[in-house]
Amino acid sequence: MSAVGAPPAAPDPSVPWPGPFVRYDLVKELVVALGVVTLLAVVLTVLFSSPDDPPTTIQSWAQADPADFLATAMTELNGTSELAEYGPPYNHTPDATQKVGPLDLQSTPGVRIPIDTAKDFVLEPLAEIPANPRLRLALAAYERAPPTLQEAWAGAYEEALPKARMVHGVPALPAGRYGPVGPMMAALLGLAQSGGLDGALLANNHRFYQTNYTKPLLFLSGGGYFEERAEGQHLLGTQWGMMNETGSYPGQVWLWLYTFWYQIEPFLESPNADALIFVLMSVLSLAFICIPFIPGLRTLPRHLGLYRVIWRDHYREVEG
Amino acid sequence: MWTTWLRERAVSSLPPEKLLPDRQPSYVSSWIYVFGVATIAALIVIVVSGMILGLKGPEWWHVSSVGHFFNSIHLWSVELFFFAMVVHLWGKFFMGAWRGGRGRTWVTGAIAFLVAIGAAFTGYLSQQNFDSQWIASEGKDGLNSVGVGAFFNVADFGQMYTFHVVLLPLAVVALVVWHVLLVRRHGVVPPYPAKAAKPAPGAASEGTPP
Repeated sequence: MSAVGAPPAAPDPSVPWPGPFVRYDLVKELVVALGVVTLLAVVLTVLFSSPDDPPTTIQSWAQADPADFLATAMTELNGTSELAEYGPPYNHTPDATQKVGPLDLQSTPGVRIPIDTAKDFVLEPLAEIPANPRLRLALAAYERAPPTLQEAWAGAYEEALPKARMVHGVPALPAGRYGPVGPMMAALLGLAQSGGLDGALLANNHRFYQTNYTKPLLFLSGGGYFEERAEGQHLLGTQWGMMNETGSYPGQVWLWLYTFWYQIEPFLESPNADALIFVLMSVLSLAFICIPFIPGLRTLPRHLGLYRVIWRDHYREVEG
Repeated sequence: MWTTWLRERAVSSLPPEKLLPDRQPSYVSSWIYVFGVATIAALIVIVVSGMILGLKGPEWWHVSSVGHFFNSIHLWSVELFFFAMVVHLWGKFFMGAWRGGRGRTWVTGAIAFLVAIGAAFTGYLSQQNFDSQWIASEGKDGLNSVGVGAFFNVADFGQMYTFHVVLLPLAVVALVVWHVLLVRRHGVVPPYPAKAAKPAPGAASEGTPP
């Protein structure tokens, strides 16, 4: 320690330190820290590696749980799925948006990622299947039919689906008035099980290069199979959701406060939970940034007194 | 010339003895000071391991054991980075580290923490595995509910990957550099007055905004 005198008992934080100094090599400190952190990262890597659970594909979903795939596809076709009634940014659905009091932020940007679930997830992929005259006729009949008849076919199909028998991995429905929906759904399931639907949903407008997975991901999200897999990995919103990671890994633990609000009332049952929590976290984040300027909060550390533990050597010296 | 002005301004604000001092006030003798530099060290490991992963592209680590090794290094250095950063932040809070004109130092550190959360979030979205699928599926609702999802689409891998490997790392590194320069310029905040000690004459009041 280079002695300049005893450390002051009440140093002024706005002027240079008038007390004694100690030798301190910042570069050496950084090099040592870099070595220690690198070593720790290597040790943790060797001990625990990192998780890499393969993604769910529409093909794996349709093969593992064809009934769930068909039930989901039906809701997309008749416009009753969660996505079909989501509202902006995917579609226009009256009163579907989340609000913070009178504020409807969800509607502000409008529909910027338009998705027509029937057209995008069912009708257009089916229209791409070549050399299937029965399917062509079914599609033409479906598209010609009035909405009430389309709904009746879809309703009958949805009602019968739970009673279907599995024959070679394909649900066989009892006889019923499904109209063209029966052959359409059979063809869609075949397309999905072959892997063709994964490509069809991704190859938007027949472009070669693709990096946007919005459509296949939103379609997957509508099914129970995807959610069951997440539940098995403790990833549901009610299980502290996306701050977790597949397997027994720490995940994004720094999101704990964001995820915490989803576990308690009034957010737990609120239809506006996402918007309310997002706004709440934005306000809390702003307060966190502005702590030095918030009366009461900026003087709190002095009252808490934990600084005496941090600077215990200093206080021991000045207080004797 | 403006370049001369800039150089002179930089040197007068941060002369070499302030930028890289060989001594520190005697109160800088606590383990809490280690976590700031540990955060920077972890950030260096993150950037280097991320660059190695970036050299071979986002699919490499799924098909190569070497790639998986570097992905694990990347993951664990991120965990160490946040651990060190959170301890550093709590430490600085309990020290009232914004006193004496150090408000901007706290602000840049706090913003760096929040931007780093975004960088990590886009990293999880860029993994191309079930985790990223599920995080995108869950995360979209929060972002859509306030209109952000229309512009920041978590299901768009191309957009998330660009944010993760270019935009947000640049922002984090820039904020950390700014933060460190402010620390060097204003020095490490001194302790609160000892028991029964009177503040130095003319000292800044604690209630005064920094």
